[in-house]
Amino acid sequence: MPFSEQARERAREIIARYPEGRQRSALLPLLHLVQSEQGYVSPEGIEFCAEQLGLTKAEVGAVATFYTMYKRKPTGDWLVSVCTNTMCGVLGGERTYQALSEYLGVGHDETTADGKITLEHAECLAACDYAPVLTVNYEFFDKMQAEDALTLVKQLQAGERPHPTRGARLCTLKEMSLQLAGFADERDGAVGEGPAGEATLAGARLAERYGISVAGFDPDTPISRKETPPQPESPGNVAPPTTPKPAVDAKPARDTHPGGVA
Amino acid sequence: MVTAPSQEALAKLTPVLTKRWLSPDAWRLDVYERLDGYRALRKALSVHPDDLIQLVKDSGLRGRGGAGFPTGMKWGFIPQNDGKPHYLVVNADEGEPGTCKDLPLMMADPHSLIEGVIIASYAIRCNRAFIYIRGEAVHAARRLRNAVAEAYRAGYLGRNILGSGFDLDIVVHSGAGAYICGEETALLDSLEGFRGQPRLRPPFPATHGLYSCPTVVNNVETIATVPYIVLGGAQWFRSMGTEKSPGPKIYSISGRVNNPGQYECSLGITLRQLIELAGGMQPGHELKFWTPGGSSTPMLTAEHMDAPLDFEGMAGVGTMLGTTAVQVFSQQDDVVYATYRWIKFYHHESCGKCTPCREGNYWMEQILHRILAGKGTHEDLDTLLDACDNLLGRSFCALGDGATSPVTSSIKYFKQDYLDYIEGRKAPTMSPAELVGAH
Ligand SMILES: Cc1cc2nc3c(=O)[nH]c(=O)nc-3n(C[C@H](O)[C@H](O)[C@H](O)COP(=O)(O)O)c2cc1C
Ligand code: SF4
Ligand code: FES
Repeated sequence: MPFSEQARERAREIIARYPEGRQRSALLPLLHLVQSEQGYVSPEGIEFCAEQLGLTKAEVGAVATFYTMYKRKPTGDWLVSVCTNTMCGVLGGERTYQALSEYLGVGHDETTADGKITLEHAECLAACDYAPVLTVNYEFFDKMQAEDALTLVKQLQAGERPHPTRGARLCTLKEMSLQLAGFADERDGAVGEGPAGEATLAGARLAERYGISVAGFDPDTPISRKETPPQPESPGNVAPPTTPKPAVDAKPARDTHPGGVA
Repeated sequence: MVTAPSQEALAKLTPVLTKRWLSPDAWRLDVYERLDGYRALRKALSVHPDDLIQLVKDSGLRGRGGAGFPTGMKWGFIPQNDGKPHYLVVNADEGEPGTCKDLPLMMADPHSLIEGVIIASYAIRCNRAFIYIRGEAVHAARRLRNAVAEAYRAGYLGRNILGSGFDLDIVVHSGAGAYICGEETALLDSLEGFRGQPRLRPPFPATHGLYSCPTVVNNVETIATVPYIVLGGAQWFRSMGTEKSPGPKIYSISGRVNNPGQYECSLGITLRQLIELAGGMQPGHELKFWTPGGSSTPMLTAEHMDAPLDFEGMAGVGTMLGTTAVQVFSQQDDVVYATYRWIKFYHHESCGKCTPCREGNYWMEQILHRILAGKGTHEDLDTLLDACDNLLGRSFCALGDGATSPVTSSIKYFKQDYLDYIEGRKAPTMSPAELVGAH
């Protein structure tokens, strides 16, 4: 078995995060853990997860193939994901993707012959105010026109580690997968790296510049009470004495798309 | 040229959730505490949980994840004394194209979310909360995990929080790249370790959610708003926004404006005012089309610049407020291409569970591509609208409904742009070789 005792120990830690009898919830983090060891979800990785959770390999495989971030082939050290969704796409992301694809000689979800760089296009990365964006091992590089992206990739090829625009200094994809499995980033100071970008702060800065704040805010405004407060010394979490009628007949509206109302 | 905003537009700014973002180290517990952090929690723990639910009902807070469901009512649906564990699941899967507010919030001010989670959990009597964060969002997840660890060390999480007798554990759970997992029931399946596919409703998560137990699913911004309501009160909260859509809201404006970014404003601000706040349109760009709340909300035009960006105002012009992801496009942008690219997205992200969405998006993508490649016909437009008819209201979940938005709204407002391709007035902009994306 390729999985070390350390990996098994980590797997136990992951499983322990979820309630008794609900171990299956650990499957996504376990698959990230597998990628932290192997760089992709290998057949042994599937077996490893199945074994940890008492599932069949087919059950694990069905889940692994559903999610974009689980890779089915070995990946490079650097996963370069270029957003080509509409906003980034029209602002230059489409050209960025094509320039990188041409330069690296690989297409979507392919890795360069030296095994260093995997290229993919990505869907909206929730950073449209910095469009066009790309990520390297999921860390953001903002406003990446084709030329900027080519420079960046050449730096990676030369063994440099350019610093992301927001977020922490780069680590390898395997190292990142360990964080995705829910483990803390142990690198000294990494949590603090990456100031908020200007676009993030644009509204708050404008308000500050014009001295705007919301009037009438009194943090001591009393909360009106109909119920008696729970006894502080009551031993944990039992439901308080007075509770409303269960709203079993309550029918929330059919969930609508992010847009809302049906 | 960046233009100065008018007084009217400036008056719409409501720095509440975003104010602390200006303090670069607010992600650290000690800084957060200096800036009023965990003050709302102490106050909340001193009252009965039902009083908190009532407070949130009184505030009129509506969900910030897109659908605008009243938050206090959602909390009130959780049955009490039912002997089952209750769960709070925070939806941090931010993936609706255009939306970019939740990740910066968790990056700049993660403790405000955690404080909101603790208060909400106390209110619904939940002892275990999950934050399901989009996998790709590693920068925000790193801050969030760190903040959770800090909160445990300081006694804000764990057993007997601040001596109240209340216990809470929070697990930060990273997804793995699937837009559909933002849909709340797909999210629950994913969190249980399955493929992220939506569930049949009823039963609703309020009674049969995570592990078949009563569950509240709320968006990041919704939960992060709660501490401010606890501090300032319902009346103060209602001093912002409109009667039916009260409070401040983080608008994400992107595209052809001078200063794209996050602008927290009174609900009901107009696009005209938002664009002013964002420094005006970029030189040489004139507004052509825009989305009020992500790609799943029907697009609007320059005619709609004065419609209030709140739930009612957007319904009034045939669209939806969605996630307030305002994407601004100009006459230099191709609305047919934009629609094509969004449909490619929906096709890629369709979970495949139901036929109208799985097949409909596949075919719509092919047809839009054909039009862009100069091979479209007049019938193609009818076929697109037919496909939308078969999708809207017939799909298993709202992803399918959302996919019809860009298609029907672009044909409604910009049919001429389609006809220009179809009738050869506009040169093809794509060839099959240029296909990237869906696979
Ligand atoms: C396809 C799809 C994607 C969604 N993505 C998200 C998302 O990323 N974040 C979110 O909070 N809500 C998302 N939603 C809405 C959720 O289903 C749900 O309504 C929301 O999380 C409820 O929280 P709220 O009441 O606080 O808004 C999505 C819905 C659909 C149909
Ligand atoms: S509408 Fe699309 S995403 Fe939703 S269940 Fe059907 S196939 Fe899946
Ligand atoms: S479209 Fe690229 S980050 Fe949103």
